[in-house]
Amino acid sequence: MDWSALFVSLRLAFGTCLILLPVGLWLGRRLARMQRRRALVEALVALPLVMPPTVLGFYLMLAFAGDGPVGGFWASLTGTSLNFSFTGILLASLVVNLPFAVQPIQRAFEAVPETLREAAWCSGLSTRQTFWRIELPLVRSGVVSALALTFAHTLGEFGVILMVGGAIDGETRTLAIAIYDRVQAFDEAGAGRMSALLLGISFLTIGVVYGLSRRGGRRHG
Amino acid sequence: MVEHGHVGFPDQGLDAQARDAEGLSVSLHQAGPIPLAADFACAPGELLGLVGPSGSGKTTLLRAIAGLTRVASGYIRCGGQSWFDAARGHSLSVQARRIGFVFQDYALFPHLSARDNVLLAVEGESGEERRTTAEAWLSRVRLEGLEERLPHQLSGGQRQRVAVARALARKPQVLLLDEPFSAVDQVTRRRLQRELALLRETLTIPMVLVTHDLEEASALADRLCVLHGGKTLQSGTPETLFRTPDTPQIARLLDRHNVFSGEVIEQQDERRLAWGPYRLEVGQGLEAFAPGQTLRWYLPPSDVVLHRRGRPSKGERENPVEGQVQEMVVLGGVTQITLAFDHGAETLRFEITTHAARRNDLARGETVQVSLLAAAIHLMPGASS
Repeated sequence: MDWSALFVSLRLAFGTCLILLPVGLWLGRRLARMQRRRALVEALVALPLVMPPTVLGFYLMLAFAGDGPVGGFWASLTGTSLNFSFTGILLASLVVNLPFAVQPIQRAFEAVPETLREAAWCSGLSTRQTFWRIELPLVRSGVVSALALTFAHTLGEFGVILMVGGAIDGETRTLAIAIYDRVQAFDEAGAGRMSALLLGISFLTIGVVYGLSRRGGRRHG
Repeated sequence: MVEHGHVGFPDQGLDAQARDAEGLSVSLHQAGPIPLAADFACAPGELLGLVGPSGSGKTTLLRAIAGLTRVASGYIRCGGQSWFDAARGHSLSVQARRIGFVFQDYALFPHLSARDNVLLAVEGESGEERRTTAEAWLSRVRLEGLEERLPHQLSGGQRQRVAVARALARKPQVLLLDEPFSAVDQVTRRRLQRELALLRETLTIPMVLVTHDLEEASALADRLCVLHGGKTLQSGTPETLFRTPDTPQIARLLDRHNVFSGEVIEQQDERRLAWGPYRLEVGQGLEAFAPGQTLRWYLPPSDVVLHRRGRPSKGERENPVEGQVQEMVVLGGVTQITLAFDHGAETLRFEITTHAARRNDLARGETVQVSLLAAAIHLMPGASS
């Protein structure tokens, strides 16, 4: 078992979820109520779903390079490189997981009737209070789905991470990449243990999603 | 007779001033996207019914009062305070307007219990105080013991009561009801209507009820305001509107049938209304017209008197007319009769008790005589063309 790879994977998954939560809430809510240019923004958000991971990884690698737009800016700011660093794979992970974080939350906001928000305003609640006390509780199951999908998907992401981060031990080698390395080194037993672990985590997260969405469905149905 | 087609306040004077000062007064006008030309007022403690067909702008007006919809021009004043004034570019937020809004589908918060739904609208210092207030409102709408229930655990009628309690818990300056009885069955509707009639006796704020149900509106409202295409056509007590609609259009919108065309004539120094071969006496209003002028007239069905067969009496000399029974519709205890006449396609509709119809051996095709009571004949001069 490659413990440092597991640690990198978990750090990446939690980091991605933590950052994408507010992003997903903001963007999902905006998209649910957006009238104009909604299709365009939706297509942009969904793009990472349909792009081959190696293609996406390739473009991100170019952008993160020292002379690339993002990498150059990062280097001038911190003096370090984005490619082959944890920060680099975290940024890549944010891009890759955007649709997984945004779409379930957007669907959840779309299911909240406009009259509920209006009823809240009529009851004297400000827009901010309406968000915290009415909207957020009602989209809770969408938020849980988004987090679980993002978490599980980050653990399993392979192509993009490999392109941007390579496989530096303790920095960018995730569990999924470590499994590939084990297989390359004919260590099938090691690959099997780590695969079983990933399988378990994936099953657990999906179970949590279905469990919570059923509870949510019963409550608000 | 200039105000036809646009009657804002039929009973102007002190009443209208009082409404302006303390109650709700609304004047909203715009060309689109939803055309509006609405002027109406509602006094404290008064229940005004906005009636009209679907798409007549009733709900839009209610939403505009609440501040949920912006209108291009006009004003909304309530309780001596300006809520909206397009000329000054002034518009209070929904939260600042203090409205109680009962939505058509109630819009209860599905994740909150009945108590918490009401509690959300209660203002107050301590949590304990607010909780007591919320529970007091729930018991006022007879929901004691159901405070903990979530909306989906309540019946349609109970949900509506929670919505009413939530609207009133805000201590609103105006109560807005958008088709509040449309989502429940007939039996529940009757009961809720009765409860609202009782509850409103205790309220001293203006109340505006939007409904397409004329029976409901006339049963609950002190005054009705007829809307069509976003335009307020006429307002007055239900009795006034049903007996004296300003125009044939208003009569039609109020589901009044007996609208006819006639001509003013002079006969032995007396004005009469010529309708086919008949020279009808009219209680009042005929003096204002010149002989030869054509106009539309209306007669409430309650003022058609059926003559008893073979037993003419004195009162039956009043505007007797003869027609054939074209249609008889038995609606439980009453029978609706439609008479056709030889002189034209216009038909006269009235109701008598079903047993009276039987006693008189009424049947389709029979010829019967009725009196059209002169005092009730209502002339509609604005629509002579």
